[in-house]
Amino acid sequence: MGTLAEEIFSRKVGRTVTAGETVVVDVDRVMSHDTTTPLAIQAFRKLVGPEGRVFDPKRSHIVFDHIIPAATIAAATLHRDTRKFAQEQDITILQEGICHQVMPERGYVVPGDVIVGADSHTCTYGALGAFATGMGSTDIGVAYATGRSWFRVPATINVQLTGEMPHGVFAKDLTLEMVRQIGVDGANYRALEFTGDLLPKLSVSERFTFCNMAIEMGGKAGLIAPDEVTREWLRGRTDREYPMIQAHNPHYERTFVIDASRLQPSVACPPDVNNVVPVEQVQDIEIDQVFIGTCTNGRLDDLAIAANILRGRTISPRTRMVVIPASREVYLEAMRLGYLEIFARAGASVGTPGCGPCIGRHFGVLAPGERALTTMNRNFTGRMGDPTSEIYLGSPATAAATAITGHITDPREFL
Amino acid sequence: MSRVWMLGDNVNTDVIIPGRYNVTTDRAQLARYCLCEVLPEFSKAVQPGDVIMAGHNFGCGSSREHAPAAIQANQVKAVIARSFARIFYRNAVNIGLPVLICEEAVLASHDGDQIDVDLNTGVIRNLTTGQTFEAEPLDPFVARIVEAGGIIEYIRREGTLR
Repeated sequence: MGTLAEEIFSRKVGRTVTAGETVVVDVDRVMSHDTTTPLAIQAFRKLVGPEGRVFDPKRSHIVFDHIIPAATIAAATLHRDTRKFAQEQDITILQEGICHQVMPERGYVVPGDVIVGADSHTCTYGALGAFATGMGSTDIGVAYATGRSWFRVPATINVQLTGEMPHGVFAKDLTLEMVRQIGVDGANYRALEFTGDLLPKLSVSERFTFCNMAIEMGGKAGLIAPDEVTREWLRGRTDREYPMIQAHNPHYERTFVIDASRLQPSVACPPDVNNVVPVEQVQDIEIDQVFIGTCTNGRLDDLAIAANILRGRTISPRTRMVVIPASREVYLEAMRLGYLEIFARAGASVGTPGCGPCIGRHFGVLAPGERALTTMNRNFTGRMGDPTSEIYLGSPATAAATAITGHITDPREFL
Repeated sequence: MSRVWMLGDNVNTDVIIPGRYNVTTDRAQLARYCLCEVLPEFSKAVQPGDVIMAGHNFGCGSSREHAPAAIQANQVKAVIARSFARIFYRNAVNIGLPVLICEEAVLASHDGDQIDVDLNTGVIRNLTTGQTFEAEPLDPFVARIVEAGGIIEYIRREGTLR
């Protein structure tokens, strides 16, 4: 009996738990990345001392993605110290893309899992029916040491997705509409559970986009019950058996119904993610840099959408473009399919799998007063560079169309 | 006596400590760049024991613990907000930075007010206006971590996480 979040926690603790209860559970995986691991190591050492060992090196994952390859001496030094820790602990550092892409790709996430990660977008894994949430470094240091974490079982907001996605409208547009309706803290402390007629027709990649941005509504987790699409995606990625865990007679705190057929291409204007308007309202705004990538929209289908628009075209001379595949797997496949060549010929800089300029540290930092349109999940002040620069968020299609014209552009003109 | 530094709604962790300044574990560096984009004078002018007040959803965005650490490194006594984003709140509790939820105190206070906060009772006195407020009581599990001084201290005391 319960929401998907309640069912997952009940299964973990072996009794029925409901929203509001505090539980301590054994977690399945613990993850941190190059920026958050150093503080996690400090917390870990403080708790268990210099001789302490992680609970399980095979289920402890350190991913270098935020500044890879190192862009500064400071970053290189943190990488060096973290490598030393990983070596001592027999942890394999993953350097093949963004943590939230690499963890699922490697089969480290299956339905029913409870996963904690030192990155707020850890909620992405909920697309596979795992309860995954972002925490700070101290919580993650504790989890590395003990294999456990505490949770207040969250109440759940249900988002029912119905209708068909119109031509030129993508998962990102649908996600921005959710943020517009629910607000930037409307799901604070709560799980979001996505259901509805539209869902079985959507790919795991599109589902990742929804769950990735649960945190942009304050959500503790974004959850989707596993189905045949999930099972098919996991085939060949994991040998583990997993439950096809489902909600049973759930009590939802609130329900939002979003009819995709009424949507149009949209962007979130700076500086808040719920500042969402149809592209047509802002199409005169000139853009200095377009960025396609990130844990939100850097997967193969995202690159395919952009490549189809950019094939045989070049970007506007007044703008510049950065494309970064979310992982090595995506990069190699995009190379094989010719997408990377399309981007390079169009005039884009194609980067190494990782977070790229999303956090404003390298590979496309913005100058004072500049504007970017990107497929990221956050448009916060100063996130990509100077505090007076501005970020607009949109789908890969809107991003590609915008790169061609140099101003915010409705992708339907090019589809 | 503490001075109030008043901030608005949705102050995100990129604003509290920008990504380009948190590639470090050095608390002094984090302290220096704390809130540098919205309150450039903050890190120089803040005095030990001062209090940050904010509106809704304080600390939203990234999970970076550098954010509460940067505030703590400036020796801020407490952050009082109308509401907190979940990860920031948990991080602050874990590292022992006092975080209080008190809608009324925030609405009735102004930047620069003198304030007195009793961390044991949650009583907030605005000395400039003479008004007294009481912060929301803590969740029982959170209260145990706060009482211990942080999650590490709590686990040490209990012998395990339970």
